[in-house]
Amino acid sequence: MTIVDPAKTGEVADPNAVNITINGKPTVARKGELIIAAADRTEDFIPRFCYHPRMPSVGMCRQCLVEVETPRGPKMVVSCVTPVAEGQVVRTATDSVKKAQEGMLELLLANHPLDCPVCDKGGECPLQDQAFSHGPGESRFVEEKRHYEKPIAISDIVYLDRERCILCDRCTRFADEVAGDALISFISRGNDTQVMTFPDEPFSSYFSGNTVQICPVGALTAKSYRFKARPWDLDQTESTCTSCSVGCRTVVQSSRDELVRYQGVDIDPVNWGWLCDRGRYNFESVNSPDRLTKPLVKTDAGLEATSWSVALENAARMIRLALAKGPRSVAILGGARGTNEDAFAWAMLADKLGIDQRDAQLGDGLNPEVFNLNQATIDEACAASTIILLAPDLKEELPVLYLRLRDSAQKRKSRIIEFSAHDSGLTPHAWRTFDYEPGNQARVVRDALSTDEIREQLSRGQVVVVLGRANLAENEMFALQAAAAVFDAAPNAKVLPVLRRGNVRGAVVAGLTPQNDSGDAIDILRSAAAGKIDCLVLLGADPISDVADAGIVQRAFAQVKNLISIDTMLTGSNRNADVVLPAAAYGEKSGTTTNLEGRISNLSQKITPRGTSRPDWMIATELGIALGADIGVSSLEQLNQKLVATIGAFSSSKDPRSTRGDGVLMTRETPVSISSSSVKVLERNAYNLRLVVSRTMYDRAQSTLASPSLVGIVNDAAIHVHPSELARIGVAEGTTVRVGAEGTSIVAPIKANNRVHRGVAWLPFNHTGVDINPLLNIVGDVTDVRIEPIK
Amino acid sequence: MSRLNETNTKLAREIISRYPRPKSALIPLLHISQEQNGYITREAMQHLGELVGVTSAEVYGTATFYEMFKFEPVGKYLINICGTMSCALMGAHELMQHAEKKLGVKAGGTTPDGVFTLAHAECQAACTEAPTLQVNYRYRLRVTPADFDKLVDDLKDGKLGDEIPQHGVLAKVRQVIAPEREVGAKAPEDVNDAPAWLDGKAAL
Repeated sequence: MTIVDPAKTGEVADPNAVNITINGKPTVARKGELIIAAADRTEDFIPRFCYHPRMPSVGMCRQCLVEVETPRGPKMVVSCVTPVAEGQVVRTATDSVKKAQEGMLELLLANHPLDCPVCDKGGECPLQDQAFSHGPGESRFVEEKRHYEKPIAISDIVYLDRERCILCDRCTRFADEVAGDALISFISRGNDTQVMTFPDEPFSSYFSGNTVQICPVGALTAKSYRFKARPWDLDQTESTCTSCSVGCRTVVQSSRDELVRYQGVDIDPVNWGWLCDRGRYNFESVNSPDRLTKPLVKTDAGLEATSWSVALENAARMIRLALAKGPRSVAILGGARGTNEDAFAWAMLADKLGIDQRDAQLGDGLNPEVFNLNQATIDEACAASTIILLAPDLKEELPVLYLRLRDSAQKRKSRIIEFSAHDSGLTPHAWRTFDYEPGNQARVVRDALSTDEIREQLSRGQVVVVLGRANLAENEMFALQAAAAVFDAAPNAKVLPVLRRGNVRGAVVAGLTPQNDSGDAIDILRSAAAGKIDCLVLLGADPISDVADAGIVQRAFAQVKNLISIDTMLTGSNRNADVVLPAAAYGEKSGTTTNLEGRISNLSQKITPRGTSRPDWMIATELGIALGADIGVSSLEQLNQKLVATIGAFSSSKDPRSTRGDGVLMTRETPVSISSSSVKVLERNAYNLRLVVSRTMYDRAQSTLASPSLVGIVNDAAIHVHPSELARIGVAEGTTVRVGAEGTSIVAPIKANNRVHRGVAWLPFNHTGVDINPLLNIVGDVTDVRIEPIK
Repeated sequence: MSRLNETNTKLAREIISRYPRPKSALIPLLHISQEQNGYITREAMQHLGELVGVTSAEVYGTATFYEMFKFEPVGKYLINICGTMSCALMGAHELMQHAEKKLGVKAGGTTPDGVFTLAHAECQAACTEAPTLQVNYRYRLRVTPADFDKLVDDLKDGKLGDEIPQHGVLAKVRQVIAPEREVGAKAPEDVNDAPAWLDGKAAL
């Protein structure tokens, strides 16, 4: 036993250091650390099933028994619930420990079926592995095992096999404590204990896939992966998810050159091993039979497959013709789907050709200036004493960021002050919630932050503003004015910009953002609708379903002479394009991506691009050559070096190795600040409701619709109002109503929703069933609607 | 309907207010629900979840842990015949056979008129008085087949109405706490001083 006596060594003792001995090796643990975690660091592996480092321990499975020296001799303790103590002596591999662990395994296996050969978990199963490494080898049980119907679907995504379950409590703890959706629970007791949902209420959590990943046996399996592959057949590479801008670290696994599964990778700064179901299961869209495999060119008979050389020649001719009229008759929309390198290649091409009109945001983001404000990382936000939410519902749009902020609020590290027009996933965890109506948020923020209570809270420590676009039916200036009002009250506040598209930050910083005051995506579309743009390039963008105001898109498409689309599938936007170039999808290309906090991390290619599809950067290069505007790169490495050397923000990723694992933050420049000079407030007429349009996790996004696991979850749209409004309008829940605004109207079912605040009507964006577009065509800073019964 | 009725909802809210955390009131609320309907319905579990702020799955998980909560309709009188060792030695199996014949249902079944449910039970902790049974958890000791017949007939005739309430009724007298005697719901972390009855003398 080694106890470091600071008086003898003369060193200043770390107050959090605890000296313990594990299997004879002296080691320094941290105060409060569990024995099992300390043993992991000294590489004395203790078998376990229920212990998970990201969740509080419960000591459910009893597998992690070890011996600890006590004054009365060695004592068996459960190492996942026993914290280290000064001078503790731990032994993890004595004969009695082995006997105890073997006994536990024998008991766990008493009811566990030996169907490993047909179990998805077989080959990567902690129970299987530890039965080999720490098990007795044979069982004394000869009795019949428990039987249940197997497997049963507990949601659209997850299957449950209760026979295999060892009741470790990982999934139920995750659902309750981490995700906050306690939709599964232990029911019954004793020998009948089983994990189950409430009858007829599915486990419809946005995070259900994580329970499949952390299940230590094959009790929870994913519909998408059942019988698809065996773990020893899987090929895998570490990558970063680009389904939204959180940038969760993943492992991309394939079998026979087809993606079969994503698993979350635990990195401290971002996702802690968790993924949302959309990000986890939309890989199915990469395997979709609808993927484009060849370039298409419009002919009299519609779009027809052709060769790359013909398609590129056509595209080049269209751009050349348009450029002959002037640089402002060509525009590029999109680019947030690709890698930093993809965006940079297109930005270089646009620079060469003098195309200023480009935008990776599609009118649903914020002014890129938000990236120049004093930036916070996700970790900084979670450690801040005050988090101010001026953001969309993070549970819907940036699910794993929601998990992180929820965790911070739950552990009372941060207090959340939320400003919103309808309740969000974080509302139950908010310290204070303030209602606003779109258009008056700056005033609400200013008033709220001037009370003594809030001022005192703001003065306690770091303030982080989570700033995003909460409503597609309002001008972005309202969000920015509200943010400015926060800076007036807390000048040292930092900003975590939450723009949702995968690599929007990388694309904007790499140059796919309007140049020389050429106007943003909406200006581009307006200019196209006015006949000023001859050639429009859609870089993985589907404006028909992505831009809130689809009417302007339709008018723009009608006027544009030539539409060139670079995409993975045919979408509502490129069905009538003149040239469609097939792009390599996620998993089919390498590069780097940037998340919402500016973290650059790598993307790895796992499978061969379908057909002849190519990464966007390669298309830019070839198109450049066809146009006589060679951007001078011939490999991804070369392109990356050029990116890092050209654009200052990327210089921190000079060493490509830095983008692996945790990734590396963009080089930051001196932040700018904003303050509220003039605040515009738009009052609502009392007869109307102010419209909020925002996204939910599952909508008609191409990647969701093309993923069989997810497509069934997409809901039909309805107009949601506070229950008290129903009586005022004079209709019953579920009836179809007319929602009118400024001479236009839509017809939709109405729903009472007590999460929607009074005075506001909420419409989910891009859902099935109802075309809400007419309401979004209104050229105004906010949209007021009147809801009337249909006579 | 099967949710708590108005009176019981009011009572439920009153009970919830006695606890620092609403979900702590779940068990008493489940009893009220069982008293109302004779068993715990799905709608009741959903309602209780709404009242105490947990999901229906959590209510379901908690409720199913306890044997005395039933999730299918049971008869007005639930007869549990003990079959553990002492009772078995003293003729519990024969008693059960007799009961099955008398009521015309197998153990676990409910008579078609919905009056009796017959069930096996494990030790009822009255081994010296074997064989035992319980009717709605009220004891009957040293039960002979003849005793059983009389019990059933008396129950049918309503002669035991005072002694044995219908299934689900826990107590005939409802606890009423006068407002001045309420202690208030204080969370453990908010308790800073020793309780008054310790009189400052106790060494905790």
